[in-house]
Amino acid sequence: MAGPSPISPYPRTERTRNRPGEADRLWQACSVTETALQAPPAPPGGAEAAIVARELRKSYKEIEAVRGVSFEVQTGEIFGFLGPNGAGKSTTISMLCTLVNPSGGSARVAGFDAVADQARVRQRIGLVFQDTTLDDYLTATENLRFHAELYGVPRDLVAGRLRQVLEMVDLWERRDGLVQTFSGGMKRRLEIARGLLHAPSVLFLDEPTVGLDPQTRSHIWSYIQELRRREQITIFLTTHYMEEAEYCDRLAIIDNGVLVAIDTPEALKASIGEDRVELHTADDQQAIERLAQQFQITAQVSEGAVTFHVAGGEQFVPRLFAELGVAIRSIRVARPTLDDVFMNYTGRTIRDAEVTSSERLRATPWMRARGRR
Amino acid sequence: MAVPGVRVAGGRTSDDLRALWVVWKRELIRFRRNRMRIITSLAQPVLFLFVLGTGLSTVISTADGFNFRTFMFPGVLAMTVLFTSIFSAISIVWDREFGFLREMLVAPVHRWTLVLGKCLGGATVATIQGAIMLVLAGLVGVPYNPVMLLVLLLEMMLTAFALTAFGVMLAARISDVQSFQVITQLFVLPMFFLSGAVFPVTKLPVWLGVLSKLDPLSYAVDPLRKEVFSALSIPPAIRHTFDPGLSWGSWTLPVLFELGLVALAAALMLGIAIRQFSRPQ
Repeated sequence: MAGPSPISPYPRTERTRNRPGEADRLWQACSVTETALQAPPAPPGGAEAAIVARELRKSYKEIEAVRGVSFEVQTGEIFGFLGPNGAGKSTTISMLCTLVNPSGGSARVAGFDAVADQARVRQRIGLVFQDTTLDDYLTATENLRFHAELYGVPRDLVAGRLRQVLEMVDLWERRDGLVQTFSGGMKRRLEIARGLLHAPSVLFLDEPTVGLDPQTRSHIWSYIQELRRREQITIFLTTHYMEEAEYCDRLAIIDNGVLVAIDTPEALKASIGEDRVELHTADDQQAIERLAQQFQITAQVSEGAVTFHVAGGEQFVPRLFAELGVAIRSIRVARPTLDDVFMNYTGRTIRDAEVTSSERLRATPWMRARGRR
Repeated sequence: MAVPGVRVAGGRTSDDLRALWVVWKRELIRFRRNRMRIITSLAQPVLFLFVLGTGLSTVISTADGFNFRTFMFPGVLAMTVLFTSIFSAISIVWDREFGFLREMLVAPVHRWTLVLGKCLGGATVATIQGAIMLVLAGLVGVPYNPVMLLVLLLEMMLTAFALTAFGVMLAARISDVQSFQVITQLFVLPMFFLSGAVFPVTKLPVWLGVLSKLDPLSYAVDPLRKEVFSALSIPPAIRHTFDPGLSWGSWTLPVLFELGLVALAAALMLGIAIRQFSRPQ
């Protein structure tokens, strides 16, 4: 059938995938060549952007859920949308996935318009939803075969592809088990496998690890990273976990339907500039006074330590010893975290913005788990 | 234009057929796997036929050895098909509850393939259940006439399809599992009782007679009954009492007309169901 006409002056680019095997070669030939339709500015390296959103907005009756967001996601990138529940993440992802029509603006996904060319977009994206969408009464294989048929995966390639994705998520041994016997983590892995089955160029993960235990979370993240290596896939995910956001190549912070910042996690943290310094001293009260007089720094006692923010914290430490005049027992300098970034851009912590305290409970062991890694 | 060899699913007939086929197949896999469901959905008709039927046959006096259970047999076939079809269709509500519906709705295929596949799947399952009930024919005095059995099977297929389409149409509007009870009370049981499945509808009071004629299931039960009675050798008086046929005014409806009505209703409800599922979310 006829594809879109090549309106771009740029030459077609063919995405290549590095996978061995006859079936894969065929599959690649059959499914992933695409015409480059991306308008300039073309990113370095000539690859087309996998997602282009322009002034995307969505209003429901009286609520403006998304108020004009623009961004681009490059091919092969892991791109995260970070924000509290209700910030507009799910609405944005739904618009990109063609599940919701935008009220304004436009989105191109995998080279096609998310409104005018919905079927082509859907063919080229994989979706892993926040809630499970598996059929519990079917086996893992049956769920995947169902998906393969719906997405028109060439029949002779189904078996090989099925094995490939199941092995990737370590479920090959359990392929004939009923999904209702699977744990939460296994179900999520199976969903990721299913999202990849039709070799999409963009994989959307809506809160991929919400509600999972720390071990499963870190497993799923190793899968996601391996995925990017093996499948050269673009990954767009939403999260409200800071720890998860750290894994992304680039991060967009969304609050109240507006993008407030977009950059790499490192750059975002660097943009804060100020490090956090925590002091234990012989006389905290005197230390706070001296800091104000000597350095014009406002400090406060927080969790038993004199705490303040300063640019170039590590360079500041020697001055502190020389000039403070109060005995220092210990000192700790911390780089800004994404928490600080979020607070800087929105004026509150993401956890304050969250609705439930259960989220906090879930987030805590996850942090500990990452600390051990 | 497409790069040679580009695989673009969605829109091609073969893709639609694959989607339809796999939705149909899922219904059958789920049916086969759920043995309890097969047994429970057969228990009810058996109970009606042998307990209620036997009980009623002691108070309904019939001469010449005609048993009331023979009268009830086509009604119980309709009942089997009715409950199985509605149950299959309503499983969409469970699919929605457990998220699987979303997996189907986001696929790059036309929505009509999903709805039609679901209806055909539910109809197949209901027809299989009906066919199992046919085995009991001999126990209630109905001969195993091959032509009769075949015609009954075809009529059940049509009925099952119409009822599944009806159920899918309802399921499109239901978002929670609790409403299933309401649907059963509000639609399924009245449809069953008004259809003439358990008693002849000729001598009813006017209001009940009118309701019975408004019940689409009546036009599916009557052909089944006519077919069963065609295989019986019974006195005309009994035939007249228990197999009076449906009439609009003085016009007795031919079987093919009745089946045509059922087919029309099926097409209409399928159309509505497809429309409902094709709406943007």
